[in-house]
Amino acid sequence: MRKNSKCLVLFLLLAALLSLTGCHGSRKKSEFVLPEAFDTSKQYEITFWAKNDTNKAQTDIYKKAISDFQAIYPNITVNLRLYTDYGKIYNDVITNIATNTTPNVCITYPDHIATYRTGDNVVIPLDQLMQDSKYGLGGSEVLFDSPTKEEIIAPFLSECMQDGQYYALPYMRSTEALYINKTYVEKLGYKIPDVLTWDFIWEVSEAALKKYADGTYIVNDQKVLIPFIYKSTDNMMIQILKQAGFGYSSPKGDVDLFHQDTKDLLTTISKHTGTGAFSTFKLSGYPANFLNAGQCIFAIDSTAGSTWMGCDAPLMDISEDALVDFVTEVRMIPQWDPKNPQMISQGPSLCLFNKEDSGEVLASWLFAQYLLSNDVQIAYAQTEGYVPVTSKAQNSTEYQDYLSRGGEDNSTYYSVKIQASKLLLENMDNTFVTPVFNGSTSLRDAAGSLIENTVKSTKRKATVDDAYFEKLFSETTTLYHLDERGENAVGKATLGKMPLPSVILLAVLGITWFFIGLYALNLALKQRNMGKNHN
Amino acid sequence: MKKSVLLPLALALVLTVAGCGNEPAAPTQESQSSVESTTESTVENSTESTVENSTEASSSEENQVTVMSYAEYIAAELQTEVTVETYVQAKQSWWQDKATVYTQNEDGAIFLYELPCSEEDYAKLVPGTKIRVTGYKSEWMGEVEIVDSSYEIIDGSFIATANDVTALLGTDELIAHQNEFVSFKGLTVEAIGQDADGNDVAFFYDWDGSGEDGKDLYFKASKDGVAYTFTVESYLCDKTTEVYAAVKNLQIGQTIDMEGFLYWYEGANPHITAVTVVE
Repeated sequence: MRKNSKCLVLFLLLAALLSLTGCHGSRKKSEFVLPEAFDTSKQYEITFWAKNDTNKAQTDIYKKAISDFQAIYPNITVNLRLYTDYGKIYNDVITNIATNTTPNVCITYPDHIATYRTGDNVVIPLDQLMQDSKYGLGGSEVLFDSPTKEEIIAPFLSECMQDGQYYALPYMRSTEALYINKTYVEKLGYKIPDVLTWDFIWEVSEAALKKYADGTYIVNDQKVLIPFIYKSTDNMMIQILKQAGFGYSSPKGDVDLFHQDTKDLLTTISKHTGTGAFSTFKLSGYPANFLNAGQCIFAIDSTAGSTWMGCDAPLMDISEDALVDFVTEVRMIPQWDPKNPQMISQGPSLCLFNKEDSGEVLASWLFAQYLLSNDVQIAYAQTEGYVPVTSKAQNSTEYQDYLSRGGEDNSTYYSVKIQASKLLLENMDNTFVTPVFNGSTSLRDAAGSLIENTVKSTKRKATVDDAYFEKLFSETTTLYHLDERGENAVGKATLGKMPLPSVILLAVLGITWFFIGLYALNLALKQRNMGKNHN
Repeated sequence: MKKSVLLPLALALVLTVAGCGNEPAAPTQESQSSVESTTESTVENSTESTVENSTEASSSEENQVTVMSYAEYIAAELQTEVTVETYVQAKQSWWQDKATVYTQNEDGAIFLYELPCSEEDYAKLVPGTKIRVTGYKSEWMGEVEIVDSSYEIIDGSFIATANDVTALLGTDELIAHQNEFVSFKGLTVEAIGQDADGNDVAFFYDWDGSGEDGKDLYFKASKDGVAYTFTVESYLCDKTTEVYAAVKNLQIGQTIDMEGFLYWYEGANPHITAVTVVE
C-alpha cells in the first residue's frame, strides 16, 4: 500500500506537470526559421489569394506575373484565387486559420493582419526575410531584379509595421480623390479652387438643388440629382476627424470616436442629406454611375476607381444613352485646412502565412518579392490610379513616360486615371494611416456606420438630435464591441483584475506544491532517522 | 499524510485540465464583431428601430398589422416603412445572418435585401413559403427592394409561374415586372466578347471576363436584332447548378428559352435560373 501510494503521488505529479505544459502552445505553430538555402530540386505548390477591382487587366497581370515567376523558378507552382472584395478575403482567412488551410501569400489590409496575428505564429514576421543577404530584398540568391528595402517607399513600408516588426509588404498604394463635374460647377457660377474645402463642397451642392417648376433640376435638366456622393463613409469620417484634429483612436486601440465633435460633423451631414445634397454609395449607388449620368457633381472614390470616372472613362456601368458630356476635374478630397492637406493612404499589402515546411514559406516569400519587381509594379499601377510602392518603379523611365502621356487615349493613358495617380505621387507626404490594432477594423466599420445611419435616418425623416446621437453612439459601441476593445487590444493594454477562477487555480497549485514540499521533507527526515538507527 | 497529499494533487490536476479547456479558439473579437449574434427570436437591426424577427406570429400582432396591397406598396414613397405579404420564390444568399430573397405574390414581385435571418430560419424559407415583411422601401441603382426589415412566416403557399416578357425587352414597360419570375423565348446567343486568342466567346466569367469558374456568368442573347445581357448570379445559381453548366455550354447562334428573375441594375439585369437550347 505504501509503495502504491508513492507511485500514485509520482504519477499525479507527472500528470500535473504534463497538463501544465500542455496548457500553452497546444495549437501553437512552430516559429518560422529561415532555411540556409532554397532547395530548387524540391517542388513547391503555393496559393496566392489576390484582389482585383473587377478589372480584367489586373487579372491578366496577376496571371502573367505567376507565369513569369514560374519560368524563373520552375519548381514553384502558384495557384491563384481571385477576390473582388477585401472583406471576403478577410473572412476566408479567418475561417482558414482555424482549419490550418490559410493561403501562402495573401493580399490584405494591415488592419486585417492585426487580427490574423492573434493566432500564434500564423503570420510570418518579415524582418529576417527582408534583411537576409541571400534571399532578402535585393538578395544575392534572388533570381530576378528585386527591390532593396531602401527602395520601398518608406511611409508605405512603415504602414506594414506592427509592434516593431514588419508583417507585410506594400503592394500598391492609392488614396481617395474628388472627381468633379467641372461643367456643372461652372454653370452654377463657381470656379474650382486648387484645394477645395468642405464648406465649398456643401455650398455648391446646395446651390445645385434649384429646380424648375416641374421638378427638374436646373443644372442638369434631369429629375435626378445627388450633388455630392461619398463611396467610403468610413474613410469620410476618418479623414475629417484627422484633418480637424478630432479624436478617433489612440495607437494602442483606445476608442475616441464618440464625442461632441463627431456629433457636430454628423449634424452637418444630416443637414445636407435632408436637403438632398448628399448621399452615400450604400444608400444610393456607385458615385461613378451618377457622375457619368450627370446626376452627381462631386464624387469621392478611391484613385483606384478612376477608370470608371468621367464620360470618357474606359470602364462604364451605365448605358450609352444615360451618359452625358462634361469635363472631369480631379482634386484631392475636401480639406479642413487647405494649407495642411491630409488624405488617407490605402491599398493592398501582401502578407505571408506560416507553414510547417520552411522551404514552402521561402518559396512564397520569393513570390511576394517578385510582385514588387518593376515588371509587376509598373504594369499593375497602370490599370488604375494606383502608384507603385518602390522608388525603383516610380523613377523608372517606363513609368515616368507613362505619367507624361496622360490624355493620349482613353484607355492606357486615360487622363483622369493618370491625374489620380499624380495626385498621390505629389502628396505622399500628406498621407496618413489610422493606428492598427486587433479591433481596428471594427472601429473603422463603426466610424462609417455613424454616417450611414445618420444619412439613413435623415432620409426616413427621423429626428436627428442629441438624443439620437447618444442612442446611436451607444448602439454602435455595442454592435461593434467597442466597449471590449481595451482588454483585447494589441499593445500594452492593462490586463486588469485577475478572474476568480484563475485566482482559485493558482491558489490550489500553490497549496499543492506546499504539500509536495512537506511530503518530501517528511520523507527526507524519515530516511535520515532510519540512517541514524542503522548506525 | 499521504492522503492529504494525494487529494490536493488530484484536485490540482483536475483544475489545471479544466483551465486548459477554456482556451479560446482562433477567431477573435474582430470576426465576432462583424457577425452580430442572432437568436431565433430577436434581431437588432437598424439604429432607429429594434426589429422583432419572430418566426411565430401571435394572433394579437396579426390584428395590429396593416398589410399593404401590392399597389399600395408600389405607390409608397422610398424610405418609408412598408408591410407586405408575399411568398418566397428563390433565395439568393445567406451571409452573416442576413438573407437576400426573391419573393412574389399574385400581384407582383418584391426583392428582400439582407433580411435578418438565422441560418436555421433561412432553411425554412423554401419556395412557396408565405411571409409577412415589414421594412423600408428602398432603391439601389434602380433596384427597388425592402431593406432593414423583419419577417414572420404565416400560413399560405404560392409558386409563381414564369411570365413571358420577351415582347417587352427593350421597352419602358419592362420595369413594371421588376423582380418577377419571367421567361424569355426564342432568343439567339450572341458573342459577348473575345478570349485571349481573339476568338468570339458565348459567355464571360464576370462582366468583363476577369473572373474564373464559380463566378457570375454573363452572356448575350438577341431578339429581333437587338442584343441584351443576361447573368447567372453565382449566389443564386452556383457552379453546381444545371443552368450554370448550360450557359457554359452555349454556342453562338443557338436559339434558347430562358427563365429567371428580373433583377435591375442600371436597367434590366435578369438573373437567369434555367436555359433550354431549342435550336
